Amino acid sequence: MATLISLDPRVTRLGIEQDPGSAPEPKAELDQFHTYEVFHQGKTGAHHVHVGVVHAPNAEMALLLAKEQYGRRGQTINLWVVNTRDVVTMESADSDIFTTTPEKTYRDVGAYMVRNKVEAYKKKQQEGNTNES
Amino acid sequence: MNRDAMKDMLLRMADDVLILAHRHSEWTGLGPLLEEDIAFSSIAQDKLGHAQALFSILHEHFEGAEPDAMAFGRTEQLMRCCHLVELPNGEYDFSLMRHFLFDAAEYVRWTALCESSFEPLAKLALKIRGELKYHLYHAQTWVIQLGAEGSEESKARMQTALRNVWPFALGIFEVRPGDADLVSDGVFPGEDVLRERWIAFVSNVFEKAKLEIPVDASAVLGGRDGYHTEHLGPLLDEMTEVYRQDPSAQW
Repeated sequence: MATLISLDPRVTRLGIEQDPGSAPEPKAELDQFHTYEVFHQGKTGAHHVHVGVVHAPNAEMALLLAKEQYGRRGQTINLWVVNTRDVVTMESADSDIFTTTPEKTYRDVGAYMVRNKVEAYKKKQQEGNTNES
Repeated sequence: MNRDAMKDMLLRMADDVLILAHRHSEWTGLGPLLEEDIAFSSIAQDKLGHAQALFSILHEHFEGAEPDAMAFGRTEQLMRCCHLVELPNGEYDFSLMRHFLFDAAEYVRWTALCESSFEPLAKLALKIRGELKYHLYHAQTWVIQLGAEGSEESKARMQTALRNVWPFALGIFEVRPGDADLVSDGVFPGEDVLRERWIAFVSNVFEKAKLEIPVDASAVLGGRDGYHTEHLGPLLDEMTEVYRQDPSAQW
């Protein structure tokens, strides 16, 4: 059966058969670059936040290309890149491990009365400053 | 201060980046990787900004025309760019090698200009230093990647590109009649000094990239006097098309 002709090189390279029921031919391994996950830091001391991916042959090139993709608009202080292969994750079917029974108020942060202590401390500090002046 | 020499220096610097910005922008949509396509286009925009800043200094301090008129209103004979920046993009190896050799020269030049006695230039040098550092980092990483780290084909292509680009790159440093006055006034260290620093820098990178600088190559000169390759005319025709129809057009 004839292969679909498309201007999109991804479609042509995939060699998709005209019959939509047939499976696409598997691609040769590593005929494209790896992907690297990019983490962006906007301010000194801020967390690096995941923003997307770049294709690159190695980590150094990934960092270079990430600069332009994710660092050229808005403020950027630093970037991290991590090979997607090195990201360890869970099966989405296992997301139920995060659900928990609701009757455990003693585990909620609301049970801690930290705020009162913080405010008391701040007040004490302020009084201390006033006395000194 | 030798004002004519100063104007000459600013104009040749501005024209180099103006024309190279146009050449870089021709890669938009055609780059070998999506990410690289965007990088080249973005660098082109930075270069255009540098040209605009230099034309603005000419306008404010040396009675030059408005930046737009300087960029788009001059004939080929009035352009002062070197031949290196006029050459067509060719294949990516050629464009990349030109990008590296030119940006290494820019980095060396503008680093020296941070200390320039001509204050507007020293201020501009500090302002664009980060962009130039990135341009050089971009080009240098690719040259090493495709040289020492790449395949036999990529290394051979980069070596051929280096052989072809080198004589033109030497032409960046064409010495001009008034330069000696600028050197004695502390405006810049002089083209010969910059060329030596540049050769030291690129030699170090080519050692890492396992590429060899051609020996016995002589500089291609003439652009600073208004003599250009046959490629500049068509480039100017395209670049100035809108301006020639309507000099006041905004977009």
